[in-house]
Amino acid sequence: MIFHDEPIPGEMLPVLAGHSSAGRLERVLRAGHFAVTSELSPPDSADPQEVYVRARVFDGFVDGMNATDGSGANCHMSSVGMCALLTRIGYAPIMQISCRDKNRIAIQGDVLGGAAMGVSNMLCLTGDGVQAGDHPEAKPVFDLDCMSLLETIRNMRDKGEFLSGRSISSPPKVFLGAASNPFAPPYDFRPHRLAKKIAAGAQFIQSNYCFDVPRFKEFMARSRDLGLLEKVFILPGVGPMASAKTANWIRNNVPGIHIPDSVISRIGGAKDQKREGQNLCVELIQELSEIEGVSGIHVMAYRQEEAVADIIKRSGVLQGRTPWYPGRDLKLAGE
Amino acid sequence: MYKVRRWAVRHSHFFETFYNVFEKALVKLHPLLLKIGYARLDKPVAKLEQLCKGLLFDCKMCGQCALSDTGMSCSMNCPKNLRNGPCGGVRQNGNCEVKPLMRCVWMDAWQGSQTMAASDRIFAVQLPVNHALQGSSAWLRKVRDVVQQQHEPTPK
Repeated sequence: MIFHDEPIPGEMLPVLAGHSSAGRLERVLRAGHFAVTSELSPPDSADPQEVYVRARVFDGFVDGMNATDGSGANCHMSSVGMCALLTRIGYAPIMQISCRDKNRIAIQGDVLGGAAMGVSNMLCLTGDGVQAGDHPEAKPVFDLDCMSLLETIRNMRDKGEFLSGRSISSPPKVFLGAASNPFAPPYDFRPHRLAKKIAAGAQFIQSNYCFDVPRFKEFMARSRDLGLLEKVFILPGVGPMASAKTANWIRNNVPGIHIPDSVISRIGGAKDQKREGQNLCVELIQELSEIEGVSGIHVMAYRQEEAVADIIKRSGVLQGRTPWYPGRDLKLAGE
Repeated sequence: MYKVRRWAVRHSHFFETFYNVFEKALVKLHPLLLKIGYARLDKPVAKLEQLCKGLLFDCKMCGQCALSDTGMSCSMNCPKNLRNGPCGGVRQNGNCEVKPLMRCVWMDAWQGSQTMAASDRIFAVQLPVNHALQGSSAWLRKVRDVVQQQHEPTPK
């Protein structure tokens, strides 16, 4: 899909009526297309080329890339830094903001800085505890929580005010996201928590790895009963597991990830475990895309990023659509 | 104490009733409190509050008590200080991601809220914590808020 008002890469699209941001992700979702986002893992490096190389593998297959903010409480290039590099050449990053490492002064400053660079999507997270990462001796901040962070950014955008009440001359035009984990207890509170996130300003939701489809369906049904599905775009998370051993390790060591035994035994029983993990991922995408209220998919393929294009292609969810990437339109015109 | 605070959550309905009566009594005392001076009272009342709520709820004296909104489970005991519900890291057994031996504060909060009369208060979005109020009396603040609201009824 080529918009009629395509800007020069690095410059912004106009904000359409009824939209909060100038972003492509919001346009795709509001136009009713099935959106694809993926996780872009940041390098442990100061070389910008490493970010571009990692981003390029998704070219033509994703509508947004999550620039993670110290995910798993491990130190990497900052989310703001990655977004600065990506927006420079027109990519549409989803800037993740975690409450673990920054207080409200730093976060609000980053929101303005990010929006000024052309970041149109921000994902508000509480963040994993410091015990999960490579610096367990660090001081956890948690000045805000994901909910108050959402509300804070929404007020910056809609009221043009900092949390202090001081006014902002040009508010950040951002599409606000939040995470949801239907797979962690207390299960019956999870849809209500989603309702709270929507009330606080969430416009799209990305979930953690979804392997337990019946549990997800139950969550979506309860959310529908609460009237939430019309108010928010939901993109469940999926990802290929490299082997049964990896899946088992993730289940035991990464907070909040639930992988049923059936998944582990299926991957473990296959001749080519890596391939089987990808096959399962394709099947999950197809199955999830059929569920009422699912607007897209979020692919987290840590250390298997190069497989994402193939997974998306095989799933068929883009239905012939080619999401934007630097140089896409020249390439399409040449074909 | 962990055991006492979990007991308090199991008796959230009792504490809810107690708090409602207690709040009304304190509001009645407002003229007297005003006479003595709220500023002068803050330190001794905060000390008393710390003693009672510390024993019962492991209160952290944030100064803006939300116990009635969180099923009588003090959310400041959450290692992430979450005021709005459980994070995604809750273990399958219902324990905390950060402290594996501790029951998730929000698992308790959800359970506690469901036996309270005002069981829907847990659905309200809580404001960010005002760290400037740390150590001050939440009881006296509540009384002043209630009195103020009585004098300025919210417009329809």
